[in-house]
Formats: sequence, C-alpha cells, structure tokens
Amino acid sequence: MSEKKLVWYGFQQALPITCSYLFVSMAYGMTMEKAGFFWGWSLLTSLTVYTGAFQFLLVTFLSSGASILTIAMTALFMNSRQFFYGLTFVEDFKKMGKFYPYMVHTMTDETYAVNCAMLEKKDEKENDFLKDDKKRRRIMFYVALFSRISWMIGAVGGGVLGQLIPAQLTGIDFCMTALFLTIFIDQWKAAKHHFPALCGLFVGVLCLLCFGANRFMLPSLILVSGVLLIMEEKVKREEESL
Amino acid sequence: MKNTAIFVIILISAACTLFMRVLPFTILGGKREIPQKIQYLGKILPPAIMAVLIVYCLKDVPSDFKGVGMEKLLASAICIAVHLWKNHTFLSIIAGTVAYMILCSVW
Repeated sequence: MSEKKLVWYGFQQALPITCSYLFVSMAYGMTMEKAGFFWGWSLLTSLTVYTGAFQFLLVTFLSSGASILTIAMTALFMNSRQFFYGLTFVEDFKKMGKFYPYMVHTMTDETYAVNCAMLEKKDEKENDFLKDDKKRRRIMFYVALFSRISWMIGAVGGGVLGQLIPAQLTGIDFCMTALFLTIFIDQWKAAKHHFPALCGLFVGVLCLLCFGANRFMLPSLILVSGVLLIMEEKVKREEESL
Repeated sequence: MKNTAIFVIILISAACTLFMRVLPFTILGGKREIPQKIQYLGKILPPAIMAVLIVYCLKDVPSDFKGVGMEKLLASAICIAVHLWKNHTFLSIIAGTVAYMILCSVW
C-alpha cells in the first residue's frame, strides 16, 4: 500500500470528523466574534487548546471575567477524559517517532473513537492491512492531521463570517448549550444507571442557588466529585444489581 | 479585557489541557495498571461534569426568567425533543440554536 493510499484511507476515516468539526468550529468562531474576540484569538485557542466543549466554555469565561483558578480547574476537570483516551494508545504513539508529540497533543473524543474503530477493524478481511502497525500508525496521523486542519479552518472561517454578518448572530452562543445537551443525552442513553448525571444536576443547581451564577462552577465540580467518591460503594452495588 | 490577559488565559487553558493529554504517557511509564479509584472516577465523572455544564449554560434562567430564561428553556426543550426524535447531533444543535435566535428576535 503506497503512502498516497494511506493518505486517502486516512482522509476517508476522518471524513465524518472533518465535516462535523467544520460545522462546530464555525459556530465556535462566530460565538467568539459575537463575544468581541476576533478570529486571531479563535485560531490561537484552536491551535493550543484544541478541545471542542472547553473552547466554547472559555468564550463565556473570557467575557464574564471568571477567575484564573476556576478556568484552570474547569479545564483540568473537563479534559480529564483525555487521560483515559491516552492510556489506550501509549504504545502506539510512543513508537511514532517525530510524530509522537503531535499525536499526544491532537487526540480528541472523535479521533480516539476512529483510532479505536481501526483496532476493531484489523481482523476484517478487507482491512487486514491495518494489522501492519506501521501503516495503521501512519493512518492515525493523517486522521489527526485532517481533523485538526478542519477545526482551524472552521474557527477562522466562522470568525470572518461573523464579521461580515454581525447583526444576524444574536443568540448564536446557544450552540454551546445545544452541544452540551446532545452530549448529555448520548451519555444518558449509554449509561447503565443515572446517579452520576442526576447528582451533577442536583449539586449544580444547589451550588448555583448558594454561590450565585458567577461563582458556582468550581464548588460544583469539587462537590460532585466528592459526593461520587463517597458514594462509590453504593454506585457499584447498584451497577451490579442491574 | 486587556490582550495580555486574554493571551495568558488561553495559554493557561492550553497548559491544563496538555497536562491531561500528556499524563498517561509520562507517569505510567508504559504500565497499564491505574489505581481503581481513578478508573472509577473516569467512568462516572463525565456525565456528572456535563450535567454541571448544562446548569452553567442555563445559570441566568432563575435570575432573569423574563429576559432570556424563558427563551433558553424553550430552545433547550426543542433541542432535547429533536435529539430524542432524530438522534442526530448536527440537527439537534441547529434546531436548538435557530429556535433560540428566532425567540430572541421575536420577544
């Protein structure tokens, strides 16, 4: 299999990601523009942070003037899932030479899913070239590359488009709420039991009422982790009884 | 906000995100075994965090119900309904956002 074919296969694998990234990051670029941050800031954030959900949150943090501690802790909490994604591909990435740092920095929810799917597909007859780890790693690199490029293009494009049609954009920031709602529903459907989700809602509302809209985020995240840790035995018993 | 402040906040966010991405490659040194407590948190925290984030998105609803609260709740309901009906992320986001934008301009 030539390098050209590997690029093409990577492009095809990445296609669902690139399409959705173009769309979501355009919404991100527009939200940034609407909040008063030109496309250069969107590009810088997309280059360095590069994680969808948190980038949206960062827009409201930037415009509401949240404390650095809140921003840093929220980033750590929200991106803690990256830790678990990394575990699966420690060996693969380490063997990718000069691409190793790039792969570590650019793995997202979506590329993780595609990389996992390729591990599954190895045993299918028509995909047996994936058994060659070197080829599979080249493809993983192209998937990461195409995904990231589409995210950058969308973020800048959304910002520029936002400058051209500023008047029509009131309310575009709701796309963050909509994105979180869809993720929440998907997680709800996949979960065996709903105690963690309900606990998050309850603690969130409770802290909102106690600490007020500008201060409740950090206490909520800490409190909900604490409660879930204390309730570990109970949560596990419920899981087993299902 | 000053440009330097924006710059610093973006870089701190990037550092925190990168920290989480790099962690499994450094501390573990190739070992796959992670403490059971951390595995447990990894499994149950994501839905709890997403729930808190949704509360964050709707934080103005109780204090400003007549201003934006109603619109936000209505648009959320539309987004949830579309997602349960079609189960298509794109469509749900577009439906919710467009509904909100229309509600904002009409009210």
